[in-house]
Amino acid sequence: MTTPLLEVADLAAGYDDALVLHGVSLTAAREQIVAIVGPNGAGKSTLLKAIYGLVRPRAGSVRLAGVDVTGERPDRLTRRGMGFVPQIDNVFPTLTVAENLHIGSLVLPRAERQAELERMLELFPLLAERRRQRAGSLSGGQRKLVALARALVARPQLLLLDEPSAGLSPLAIDLVFEKLLEIRALGIGVVMVEQNARRALALSDTGYVLDMGRNAHSGPGPALLDDPRVVELYLGGSRRTASSSTSTSTPSGMNPPTK
Amino acid sequence: MFSQLVVNGLVTGSVYAIAAVGVSLVYGILRLVNFAYGDMMAFGALVAYGCNGPLHQSMVVAALAGMAATALLALALDVALWKPLRARRAGFMSLFLASIGLALVLRQALLLAAGPQPEAYRVDPYRVFVIGSVRLSEAQTIAVATAAAAIVVVALFLARTTAGRVLRAMADDRTLAAVAGIDVARATRLAWAISGLLAGLAGVLAGLVEYSFTPDFGFQLLLPVFAAVVLGGIGSAYGALAGGLALGLAEELSTWSGFAGGVDPVYKPVVAFVLLALALLLRPQGLFGRARVA
Repeated sequence: MTTPLLEVADLAAGYDDALVLHGVSLTAAREQIVAIVGPNGAGKSTLLKAIYGLVRPRAGSVRLAGVDVTGERPDRLTRRGMGFVPQIDNVFPTLTVAENLHIGSLVLPRAERQAELERMLELFPLLAERRRQRAGSLSGGQRKLVALARALVARPQLLLLDEPSAGLSPLAIDLVFEKLLEIRALGIGVVMVEQNARRALALSDTGYVLDMGRNAHSGPGPALLDDPRVVELYLGGSRRTASSSTSTSTPSGMNPPTK
Repeated sequence: MFSQLVVNGLVTGSVYAIAAVGVSLVYGILRLVNFAYGDMMAFGALVAYGCNGPLHQSMVVAALAGMAATALLALALDVALWKPLRARRAGFMSLFLASIGLALVLRQALLLAAGPQPEAYRVDPYRVFVIGSVRLSEAQTIAVATAAAAIVVVALFLARTTAGRVLRAMADDRTLAAVAGIDVARATRLAWAISGLLAGLAGVLAGLVEYSFTPDFGFQLLLPVFAAVVLGGIGSAYGALAGGLALGLAEELSTWSGFAGGVDPVYKPVVAFVLLALALLLRPQGLFGRARVA
């Protein structure tokens, strides 16, 4: 069996004295979309941040293509081929679209930057039209595309996405999810955390359901959608929202401080 | 008379502008209000004086030496003071207070080393260039020409070079810069080095324009420089350039007799602060700053 692209084993992390993740494991492969879903406070975003070195892991390990990168600095992970698209504050607002992409391309050898940048603008025609516009003047959906392109221009092997659909209009969500399929087709592994569990699982090759900072269920994404336990608990089978179904039963599952 | 005041304003304003960019660069990236900047300028001016006076070097060599020494001082202070404070997650207020302390230490050290007597660069104060109705001393001419060149170089550096873009990206969002693969520590050192170079240059030019200066003259420069930074929009480098020029012009033009008889030149700093207060009231994000979204 080949080494998985990303291998997270028993990762524990938290903020100050609140432990949010209590040992989460997951694997992701190239050309695969992995969706991490779960109720509010399940530790989804914290998991992504702990993988990416924005939150220091307390225990467990993160391996990228077989190399131990646990707790490594974000800029180094980006250079190693792990890209990250934050949920908010994901563009440099005073820089133009082209400048945002140029910053992303700096991890590449100098001679390859321009070509890669042009390739990205081909992949995102919407951004090509707005290349000289300041990123701060774009809509939420357009910013998300800038952030995706900024991460992709560095030619990552693996892309981590924190809530790619959050705060977007339905039209923009379609656009972003469509792009994810294109990104997968480029041979890149995608790991995303999503509030919109139905859309994310339907799209994904593998899904992980987190609850209270632990693995609850996992399996092929569409199969999880049909799993009665998952539906009952997290997908609001009885029209309950995901967060209210757990906040009553798990008082410890508080929202981690965002940011 | 009016054109003379405009030119004087540009001379003063360009010194403010250069210093304001130096303050703004570091603020944008580290959220550090560097109260010691005026004394860093004085340090550069004194190093240049040491080369130009006792060591008989030309003004150009002296200015370059002053700039280089101030850049080294800025880098050394980052290693010795600011980096440890960042590692301890010092807040905005702690950093601000540390910079006030540093300003006092620097000022007294300069007074101890150079003595309290005024110094002057070896330029001929009686050599005057006359262009139409405008008279410029040699020192003023050097200052305005150098400052204009420096402003163009800084603006081009920020707009066109990769390093300039990296610094602007860091000012926008330090965390995102790291996410994008930028070595944040290296970029921070670059910001300090440039801030130091600009402090040295602004110090030398201020010394030239004022003709004679004492080792503690940095403090008097600090307040108009900060006013220029705020006027331009805190953290915006382009804004700082514009704010500096606008402030210099406003200070000089306020003394114009056509303007309600003119303000007594003694009150020039007052003009600076009235403008600052108005800017804060009417456009708190500055001329070029963007409104912060909570």
